[in-house]
Amino acid sequence: MGKDSRLILDPLADNNPITIQVLGICSALAITAELEASIVMSISVLFVLGIGNVVISLMRNIIPSKIRIIVQLIVVATLVIIVDLVLKAFAYELSKTLSVFVGLIITNCIIMGRFEAFALGNGPWRSFLDGIGNALGYGVILIIVGFFRELLGSGTLLGFPVLGDPIEKTGLYAIGYENNGFMLLSPMALIVVGIIIWIQRTRNKALIED
Amino acid sequence: MEQRTDKNSYTIIFAVGMVLIVGVILAGIFSLTKPIITVNEEIEKQQNILYAMGVNENEGTSANFVSTEDAPKLFKQYIKKQLEVQGGTAVENDDAYLIDVKKQQANAKNGGVRKLPLFVGEKDGKTFYIAPIRGKGLWDAIWGYVALDKDMVVQGAYFDHKGETPGLGANIKQRFFMDDFNGEHLLSDAGVFKGITVAKGNADPKNNDKTDNEVDAIAGATITGDGVTAMIKKDLKLYLPYFETLKGN
Repeated sequence: MGKDSRLILDPLADNNPITIQVLGICSALAITAELEASIVMSISVLFVLGIGNVVISLMRNIIPSKIRIIVQLIVVATLVIIVDLVLKAFAYELSKTLSVFVGLIITNCIIMGRFEAFALGNGPWRSFLDGIGNALGYGVILIIVGFFRELLGSGTLLGFPVLGDPIEKTGLYAIGYENNGFMLLSPMALIVVGIIIWIQRTRNKALIED
Repeated sequence: MEQRTDKNSYTIIFAVGMVLIVGVILAGIFSLTKPIITVNEEIEKQQNILYAMGVNENEGTSANFVSTEDAPKLFKQYIKKQLEVQGGTAVENDDAYLIDVKKQQANAKNGGVRKLPLFVGEKDGKTFYIAPIRGKGLWDAIWGYVALDKDMVVQGAYFDHKGETPGLGANIKQRFFMDDFNGEHLLSDAGVFKGITVAKGNADPKNNDKTDNEVDAIAGATITGDGVTAMIKKDLKLYLPYFETLKGN
């Protein structure tokens, strides 16, 4: 049991897919301009990675090693497309919010990385836990980055203005505060991720590579 | 076990089998969901058209459509006429809202005739002319519906997109952006068609000047904004001859 719980807990901090393994950076940069998108993407990845890991794990003994990457890609693409079609038919509103993320999920390197590194060599239950753990670790970073980018870039959180109105000059804006438009652009996401990596490694020296 | 899965023949059989299975599953689910999705898309079109003419359930700062159950009924109630515009004339076509703007644009590119749907709505004694527009954003298609009065002054606008960046270009479907178009003039003071430019640094972020043919752009979404500008200029200009005939009345 102790070993199983580490599958969930490790990726949250000391083996985080973004800050330690540096996977999934592309989507962490692309969609963290606002907190809501970060949360939606985290939940989507949680779902796809949890189920995908189980499917790959069940197939692990019959997948030919020469084409395993292609097989993994087909599994994740099929899963995502099925979910997309079903949502379009039965939860149309939700599917419109999610459609933007479909392409980003298929190409997310964390998903391929976990299939390749874990699900191909472990049983379904452990693979499921590993998928959930890594998706949570990914989600935590996404939400932290999304929080700071939306707060400092737009002065809002989940769309609600928390710092006042920048046009009417109320709240913080009354004393001369300005939104930092640069926070909305991808380079700042990379810098925020960099700061998280820096803080994490300062607190835990064991994580520093030579 | 390992030796068996390493064989070329096994690899090929596995690949063929997998493609067949996945293909059948996907095709099956697609054909099962297709009719439902088509209905959903038609209702969404009606919701979009109604939204542009101000028939919506907006609350606070969020954009809300009328409910999917009510949409067909309200569409019949508010949309008095559906037209197919050809230059300065128009013929009635009760299924004009089903005209696929994407196909018509491709048609025009290949030298064919482009069908131009126009919806005439009435609400509180005011007449709205709602036209669909479509163009390119940064990553994928963007489209919208613009409600005009007979002088080509915008009465309401709805924009949507397929895959613009969340938090940046995707914000064209937010109220703070769409509402800026209300009251904007498409024509210059002299009556020349100028469209509406999504402009950076237009020194009018509150959008008080309605006759400058400009609205304030979204930071970090330059290319999506330029796409909105382009589709307004290009697609709405096609309706100009028809609106000129309205002026006489």
